[in-house]
Amino acid sequence: MKKNEDAATKKRPKTSAAQIRVQKDLTELDLPPTMKTDFPDPTDLLNFTLTITPDEGMYKGGAFTFSFTINTNYPHEPPKVKCMQTIYHPNVDLEGNVCLNILREDWKPVLNLNSVMVGLQYLFLEPNADDPLNKEAAEELRKNREQFLYNVKTSMRGGIIKGVTYNKVLI
Amino acid sequence: MATEIHVNGAATSSDWQDRYYHVDQILDRPGPRTDPSFLAGDEVKDFLRNKCKILVIGAGGLGCEILANLALTGFKDIHLIDMDTIDISNLNRQFLFRPADVGRPKAIVAAEYVMKRVPGVKVTPYYGKIQDKDDDYYMQFNLVICGLDSVEARRWINATLVNLVDSENPESLKPLIDGGTEGFKGQARVILPTVSSCYECSLDMLNKPTTFPICTIANTPRLPEHCIEWASVLEWPRVRGDEKLDTDDPEHIGWLYSIAVARAKEFKIEGVTWSLTQGVVKNVIPAIASTNAIIAASCCNEAFKIATSSAAYLNNYFMLIGTEGVYSYTFEHEKRDHCPVCGGEALEMSISRDWTVEQLIELLTEKQTIQIKKPSLATPEKPIYFQQPPQLEESTRPNLEKKVSELVPDGGEVVVTASSLPFSLSLIITYT
Repeated sequence: MKKNEDAATKKRPKTSAAQIRVQKDLTELDLPPTMKTDFPDPTDLLNFTLTITPDEGMYKGGAFTFSFTINTNYPHEPPKVKCMQTIYHPNVDLEGNVCLNILREDWKPVLNLNSVMVGLQYLFLEPNADDPLNKEAAEELRKNREQFLYNVKTSMRGGIIKGVTYNKVLI
Repeated sequence: MATEIHVNGAATSSDWQDRYYHVDQILDRPGPRTDPSFLAGDEVKDFLRNKCKILVIGAGGLGCEILANLALTGFKDIHLIDMDTIDISNLNRQFLFRPADVGRPKAIVAAEYVMKRVPGVKVTPYYGKIQDKDDDYYMQFNLVICGLDSVEARRWINATLVNLVDSENPESLKPLIDGGTEGFKGQARVILPTVSSCYECSLDMLNKPTTFPICTIANTPRLPEHCIEWASVLEWPRVRGDEKLDTDDPEHIGWLYSIAVARAKEFKIEGVTWSLTQGVVKNVIPAIASTNAIIAASCCNEAFKIATSSAAYLNNYFMLIGTEGVYSYTFEHEKRDHCPVCGGEALEMSISRDWTVEQLIELLTEKQTIQIKKPSLATPEKPIYFQQPPQLEESTRPNLEKKVSELVPDGGEVVVTASSLPFSLSLIITYT
């Protein structure tokens, strides 16, 4: 029995490599004023949200929130990122899935949370019609930029486009 | 009365004459290139056959081969961990298992088989996860060999063995031999925790699992795999909500299969089958028995050489590429300074029970030998003080005035990160 007691005192929880890496990524974040993280439980570093408020481009004036879920295989696997609102964007579908290369096929362990966040912000500055997830939005962007812009503004006010009600994201 | 034959100093009765005739050719005399520390003869044979305790992790394709090789080389005290049970699809290459064993734990069946087949070998199985075992358990072995298929398990055992190293106790350094195969490709490597490059150091060398751009899956599927990913990545969460996809549940695979078939029909794509569906969602790579045999043999040769010092061991990475002809390459993978497992430093720090977190941070910033600018601190459970992001800085700020002893137990670990540190610093806090 003595042996077990010794083992119990010796056994201390060790910080996993994923955990250390997340701590390093988070504490060295260098975010512009247009991005803000929120931790519902400040002791849980693996689940949080990021709110992007673009200060230029077509999505200026909106606040877009993404959930981040990091598993213990980070950074071998990328974080899972989803848009928490229904938004009108060629690279985000109505379920919140995001088409950003570094979140899937181009993820590498040398990338970090900062790179993902900057990549997400970039999607709002330069929506990309070539990698569509919302096909209609992409089509509109390609064919009629004016109409696309109008649709973005409508959607951000919480309007309806082609039968889909979008979330109001204006600040 | 039968004469008991002693082939070496402390032979057990199961060692009949000339049992190890061929192996002894190597162990009875040094060769031109053997390490000067090699002591040929009875002592090394006694160590190998009576004292050396080796741990094999994984009793699958590689594990079966490894186990058989070790037993036949003369290792007698083998421990084996595996968390899986035998599936019928294993039987073509996992030769320690028979149809009647389907459903039974691999570790237990493999241990029984080897003990029955190779007299005098003791195999101690554990049916469960490597994470169930603590430092004391891993401390008892001289060597660890892994034949695993998961990156996660490798990272865990690697980190555990690196953390086990105590610079004052040479016995705490457990050489880790890691084998891995993927189809016709494989690798074998020797890791001397803290001394040579560790598994985490080479994490960026890994092939990433095949993924397709999500927009291709959503809009322009061309391959049956695209249809299956459509079902698992997009449709499953949309339709089944928060329900977790269990890739071992036939109902779940069946659901994905039917969705993928419908999608394939819509886009006139052929080739979606049940087994492809299972293969894509479980990320199955065909296992090839002979690749396993080559890699396992290489791992066991290294185990033998390390255990006996009879020949130079692998330094430190051997790779085999059998996809186009036969190509192999051996090189020294270098330690990475920024490695989160072996690159960080560990410091023992003895402080007063009255010290506040702020005082500890001041010390880390000012002490000549450390000098960390803007350190962030956490215990394995939660943040103590974070410099960034703003919300966490704010929520951890009240801790600055608290005593370290309220947040960290005696002997507890504090992980320090800062942009001036290559990776991290681990503090072991003790109180005076």
